[in-house]
Order: sequence, then C-alpha cells, then structure tokens
Amino acid sequence: MAIKDYLRQRFFPHMWCPGCGHGTVLNSLLRAVEELGIEKNDIVMTSGIGCSARISGYVDFHSLHSLHGRALAFATGVKLSQPKLKLLVPMGDGDALAIGGNHFIHAARRNIDITAIVMNNKIYGMTGGQYSPLSGVGKKATTAPYLTIDNDFDVVELAKAAGATFVARTTTFHATEATDFLKKAIMHKGFSVVEILSQCPTHYGRKNKEGDAPQMVANYDKITARLGSKKLEENPALIGRGIFVDRQAPEYCEEYDKIIEYAMKGRK
Amino acid sequence: MAKKKLKELVINRDWCKGCGICVAFCPKKVLELDKEDKSVAVRPQDCICCKLCEIRCPDLAIEVVIEPDKEK
Repeated sequence: MAIKDYLRQRFFPHMWCPGCGHGTVLNSLLRAVEELGIEKNDIVMTSGIGCSARISGYVDFHSLHSLHGRALAFATGVKLSQPKLKLLVPMGDGDALAIGGNHFIHAARRNIDITAIVMNNKIYGMTGGQYSPLSGVGKKATTAPYLTIDNDFDVVELAKAAGATFVARTTTFHATEATDFLKKAIMHKGFSVVEILSQCPTHYGRKNKEGDAPQMVANYDKITARLGSKKLEENPALIGRGIFVDRQAPEYCEEYDKIIEYAMKGRK
Repeated sequence: MAKKKLKELVINRDWCKGCGICVAFCPKKVLELDKEDKSVAVRPQDCICCKLCEIRCPDLAIEVVIEPDKEK
C-alpha cells in the first residue's frame, strides 16, 4: 500500500502552517505503519487537543479525537477492552506533559501496551504561542514577553523514571530515523514513548528568532547528537538522540487477564 | 546495484504550501519554488532519487517515482 492510502485525502491540504514539523511526523509515522504492514483496521489513534492532536483526523485508522490531555486515558480504555488493537497516541508537548502530565506518568507506570508520540514544538501553537512545560528557560512566548524563567521537563528522563519500557528521541530533520524508532516503538510490548522535536516556525521560531522552517530543521542537526557518538561525547550540552530504554517488563493487559483468571479460579 | 533512475517527481500543487524544506535539503538542487511559492522540479535530470524531499515534506505533497529496474 502507498502512504497516501493511509490518509483521509478529502481533508487535505491539512490545517498545519507552512513548514510545520507535525506534517513530517505524520509522514514518518505513515511510513512506519506501511513498512510494518499493519492493517488500517488494527490501529486506533487517540489524540487530545492542539495542533498535534489534529493528526488523528488525517489518518484512515480508527480514530478518537478526545479531551485535552486525556488521549492516554482514552487509549487505556480502548486497549483494555480490545487488547489486540495497536494504540497510537500522538500528543503535543503541552497536551502530554502539562494538561495530561498525570496520565502520561501513570500510563508509563502501568506499562500498558500503547505507543505515545510526543510531538515537541516547545509551544502551544493553536492558542497563539503560549510557553509550555517544554519551552525551557530564556525563551520568548506570548505569555513570556520578557523571557521564560521556568525549567523544562526532559521527556526522556521523565518517561524513564515513570517506568516506560521503550524511550527514544529524534527530530524532524532525522525523518528516516524517526520512522525506524516509530517502527520499533509500535512493535514493542509495553508502554513506548518517542519524542520527536518538531519545528513551529509560526510561533516559536518567529518569537525566538530561529529563522524559517528549513533553518529550524537544519538547526536540529546542530543541536542534537546520536547516543554513543563522538560528537555527543565531546559536547555533552547537545541533546541526545537515539533509543534510551528498551527493556521487557510485565504488560498491563496481560497482567489484567491473569488476575481475571485468578479471580474466576478457573471457572469460565 | 544499478543506479536508480527518476521516472517522475510528482508534486501535488494543491497540497504544497511552499515552506521550502524540500528545496533547502535537496542535495542536488533539483527543486525550486516558483512564483506562486510552490515547489517545482527544475532540474529533474540531476535527481539521484534519495527521496529526502519526499520523506521530509510536511505537506505530504511530493512523490519520487523511480523507473522500474529493467534488468530484473
């Protein structure tokens, strides 16, 4: 199947701004699904609110456009009732870690078989460029005209500490790498998190003088380095890119089935 | 392995928003933005079919169609 067969083409061109990284994330994700050869009917995508959440309207899978920050809660419900389906949950940085911060850490703690994709553009784009928990210190936003003073979350460290069993980070510059990580995340049994740095040229880029979309994408190559590479060793201030965690642990739905069997004491 | 040969660079002008990502990252400078800020293949003969434009296009507007290998 071609990539376009996974799209609801009647909704194109999409509503994202020119040069928005979320389109590239969609592109990489569809390639991952296509290369894995998963049937459209076996995938459920749930999303919350925000620019990133609009992705669920563009894919021809089962889709749920749910409440702000609650995409993982909806996904947990779907997964528990239909454990055979693959759950993909794309979220924005604010959606995943501010409004849905608790759902994020608790889904990771349970190790439920869901793939969370954090499309990190460091800003609330849809509502006009307010700073998010991933903006970091010293950034400009509509709600921080004199620069931010808030520290940011490290998604990878947070997911790791919360108990996610697959954690990776990449960027929209490294689109083939993103496809590769997404493939591994989708096939992973347990809670998997893939953080993809994604440019917002309209709000974040313009306010922080990071240039146009191609400049912002090219910048991702400069500020990141592959895990274990010499570049990262020589300059630890760079953002690490790669698979940080990949381990096996009891999965929530399987454990739930076991507890049902135990409670029923073998009765059917 | 034989060199990949370009059959056609299909650019969906309705979907392209002219962000210029494909133009900036094409290693052979095949693409340019036209007057309407849409991507066009001005030097298709130089294309090496690396598909960097296709995989990075945020508008999913580009498709690199490769000539099928005749030797097989």
